Amino acid sequence: MSTFYFIAFLSIFFSILVISAKNPVHSILYLILTFFTFTIHYILMNAQFLAIVNFIVYMGAILVLFLYTLMLINLNKESEPVKPFMVKIAAVFGGGILAVALVSSLKSLGVSDPVVLKNPELGLVKNLGKVLFNEFLLPFEVSSVLLLSAMVGAVLLATKDKETKATI
Amino acid sequence: MELADIAIKFGLIIIIFLISLVIAMYSTYAERKIAAFFQDRVGPNRAGPWGILQPLADGGKMFLKEEIIPTNATPFLFIVGPSLAILTACIGSAVIPWGQNMVIGGKVIPLQVTDINVGILYIFGVVSLGVYGVMIGGWASNNKYSLLGAIRAASQNISYEISMGLSIIALLLVTGTLSLGEIAQQQHGWHWNVLYQPVGFILFLVCAFAETNRTPFDLPECETELVGGYHTEYSSMKLGFYLFAEYINMFISSAVMATLYFGGYNYPGMDWVAAHVGPIAGPLIGTAVFFAKIFLFIFFFMWVRWTIPRFRYDQLMDLGWKILIPLAIANIVVTGVVITLLN
Repeated sequence: MSTFYFIAFLSIFFSILVISAKNPVHSILYLILTFFTFTIHYILMNAQFLAIVNFIVYMGAILVLFLYTLMLINLNKESEPVKPFMVKIAAVFGGGILAVALVSSLKSLGVSDPVVLKNPELGLVKNLGKVLFNEFLLPFEVSSVLLLSAMVGAVLLATKDKETKATI
Repeated sequence: MELADIAIKFGLIIIIFLISLVIAMYSTYAERKIAAFFQDRVGPNRAGPWGILQPLADGGKMFLKEEIIPTNATPFLFIVGPSLAILTACIGSAVIPWGQNMVIGGKVIPLQVTDINVGILYIFGVVSLGVYGVMIGGWASNNKYSLLGAIRAASQNISYEISMGLSIIALLLVTGTLSLGEIAQQQHGWHWNVLYQPVGFILFLVCAFAETNRTPFDLPECETELVGGYHTEYSSMKLGFYLFAEYINMFISSAVMATLYFGGYNYPGMDWVAAHVGPIAGPLIGTAVFFAKIFLFIFFFMWVRWTIPRFRYDQLMDLGWKILIPLAIANIVVTGVVITLLN
């Protein structure tokens, strides 16, 4: 249990650093560390497959792309957008509403039964695959269609400017 | 776990670590000798007999040179970059089965540090993490050539990781397990996976070249366009770590290819040999065979480097996205159909 509290402390510590870091590249690097602590959480819960997928997909691919994009952007102080006062107030208001929603959902979570895993080995690849392809086959396939549509959208956005490309 | 088991694991880790470092060291020597052979030269021959002490001389030079951190670099990240590169190169060896279990005095000693049941994915994760060393180092140098090298490394690694993952999926359809230990056991004798997955092996091989940044895929350090690529600003042992990480990566990916596709420590007639030489020498011969396969792959890496010229960047992306990925998907479909029909 003490391992859990230590790792949980690290997760929260690094996520605070993500939003407080001045340099966007540093904040991405802290985000990588935050995701690494998530991987350790999954391992502590014996969910090896989820741990390694979190490691590969989030740390190994998505954050590499984040870092890639941020490295290409010119991040000087002058180019930093200055937000108007009203926008700041709206942001604080929106954040407050989100916090209230989260707290209320946490409260309702305490009322219902805590999730008790019937099978502590569920996180292993074999068991997880069986559950996904037997009990949750339809949601699983539907989510793959969702990802496909996102991919098609990205391709469409990337190939929009055909006429300008021809003139170059 | 008993104390003796912990001591055995610890010893095994130390031995594997030392072996990877020594092999990486002598790979630099082998690379220079092989390059010399291909180009009809002599190669290094001054330090010791046949130049055999050359890697030690190189290492000594690297350690003793002046350490320079550029004024406009980010100092902490500038040091983290090479450290991360060498760290990710070294931790990959933890799941590779180096040989069969040995029985000494009634005690079973596995020649594998840990046989986690997601072994292949662990290797895959470590490989995908490897690009951070290059990216962080290239960005922290605050040099546009370094940055371009880092960006090339990132896009190249992500593009080729996809087809590598897809070629592994086809292999998993054949083996039915993610554990490297079990995959090695299944290929007993001559039942090597390369016989069932020839296309998958070629895809994996090409992607391994791209992931280790070896020629013809060494665009991140393309010296004709980018001075030195991501390590332009590096000097002394920090540069040494980058170069060293490349050779360790080469060794580990050779070991992974030998395990996944070329039977690992298995060889035809291994039962006959094991019955004749006893329970200790048998697995050791298997380990020797495994290392022979690894050395063959390392030689192949060098052979290709001194034979094929570097790709242009658009050719690299075309190969990755338009040829390898469709081929890998077709391979998965064909493998799946064949397995379904045979069962």
